[in-house]
Amino acid sequence: MSEQTGPGGTPATQERPFRLMIPLWVVLSAAGDLIFWFVAGPHVPPGGMSNVARGAQFDFNVLFVVALPVVLAVWVYMGYAIVMWRASRPGAPEPVGGPAARGNFKVQVAWIATTTVVVLGMFVFGTVELIVPAGAGGGEGPNPIWTPASKNILPIQVIAQQWKFTYRYPTFGGMETDRLVVPDHTTIAFHVTSLDVIHSFWAYQIGVKADANPGIDNVAFATTRQLGTFTVRCSELCGIWHGAMYTYGKVVSKSQFEKWAISTERQLAPNTKDLPPFAYTYTPSANGATGGYYTPHVDPYSKVEHYGATPQHPKVTQPAAATVTTATG
Amino acid sequence: MSRSGRIAIVLGMLAVVVFLVVFTAMSFVGSEPPTVNLTAGHVPGRPVHLVLQTDGAVGVGPHPTWVGYQAKDPATGAWVQTGLWQVPAHTKLDVTIYQFDSGSALRNQNWGRVTGVSATLNTAPFGLIDSNKVPVGHTFSIPALGISVPLKGVNTSLKNFCTAGPCNPATQAHNTITFSITTPGPGSYHWQCFIPCGLGFLYGNGGPMQTEGFMGGFLEVMA
Repeated sequence: MSEQTGPGGTPATQERPFRLMIPLWVVLSAAGDLIFWFVAGPHVPPGGMSNVARGAQFDFNVLFVVALPVVLAVWVYMGYAIVMWRASRPGAPEPVGGPAARGNFKVQVAWIATTTVVVLGMFVFGTVELIVPAGAGGGEGPNPIWTPASKNILPIQVIAQQWKFTYRYPTFGGMETDRLVVPDHTTIAFHVTSLDVIHSFWAYQIGVKADANPGIDNVAFATTRQLGTFTVRCSELCGIWHGAMYTYGKVVSKSQFEKWAISTERQLAPNTKDLPPFAYTYTPSANGATGGYYTPHVDPYSKVEHYGATPQHPKVTQPAAATVTTATG
Repeated sequence: MSRSGRIAIVLGMLAVVVFLVVFTAMSFVGSEPPTVNLTAGHVPGRPVHLVLQTDGAVGVGPHPTWVGYQAKDPATGAWVQTGLWQVPAHTKLDVTIYQFDSGSALRNQNWGRVTGVSATLNTAPFGLIDSNKVPVGHTFSIPALGISVPLKGVNTSLKNFCTAGPCNPATQAHNTITFSITTPGPGSYHWQCFIPCGLGFLYGNGGPMQTEGFMGGFLEVMA
């Protein structure tokens, strides 16, 4: 044979499949990306309640816009092949071997170069998006490498235990409450730890997700940008009632936060004085049934015979009935 | 043996295996602790009374040495070791808890607070127990309703300290905790004890803390 034939029975030199595929791909990609970016993009979770949430939303949207043309390139090529090169099409040739089936240097170079640029571009983009918003809402461990520029950071300790989160506000007397209230337009440092097993603090709409490990102070940053309610869930399977370990937090105005924090601090004062001094981690005892986290841990009755553990602190001999106090809240 | 005979034996054995597998699976899936029903005969507008006790050892069932709650069945007056309690919706629920178990200092003193309700301890109103001075045995908490009540522990050195349930409030040492709530709309509301009280398990969080019917369960609110 002196003349090579291409798919579709036409001579390879005469067929120009990419003349149809490329314009189709360009139009579909442009339309799809624009529709996604402007119609769906603003509604992509986790929303815009904080800078890191907005960052995550932006990242998802960028990834989608980059990925869609790749997906469409495959689909357009596949669709063209199914329609134009199907065996049942009249005049379809038999598959050919030889030089026509060998690699196309230009196509190979273009493919490798394009995918390399896309992957490396995503790598650089992802790294920048992780560093610039100070860890992008992820836990950075006890010594964060990337910290926010703001000098006014509100520290809030997140204490996880089976199966609930409580929150300590060290700048408000170290009060501990089961309500997570944060002020708007404020940078917050979440110090996440656990009193027992591994949990994970996931404040969904504000884009914070940090592991809660016993004995570890895991710090995550976020700057609130929008008033509203957000969901807090444990995202680490942590026992039988893991599914019930969720609650809701609130972003309120700064003035509302001040009012809430001051009144709550006052209301919880009788309990706060019995809490240990604020610490970034709390070390569990060998046997949780004896207490053991918060010093001084004493059992005025008979911990030894009941639990088989050795008391580590002097017993308190104060009469039991006199130590029950009544609080307003 | 003929070929048909061998096939019959194989098929018969296969049927037995399938039956055993299905029976075991269905038994496991279908098994559930009993439910104490407070809705039967309830007159709308009238309160219902949930009576509970906490025992250091429940004394019944497959784990008699485990700590757990028991509920009084209003129909029979018997104590039932279960964490499933059915109550009517939008109804005043009076809760009485007889705390027979001992206590200790809390791992997290935050659980010494009464939240969401007004409670009494041995008829006296209380809002907080400093567990560094007074041992706390358990909490009764329904997180979704914002309710948590600490239960003061009993001195184990008392002669009438109850060592195995169900315990008798008339004769054995206990603390009585009462409070009332208005039940919400229909649904399942998870309740639990927040004090790691699983004696003998790492950090107190195993065994009864991880098994429905001992230190956790559901308040089943019925329409």
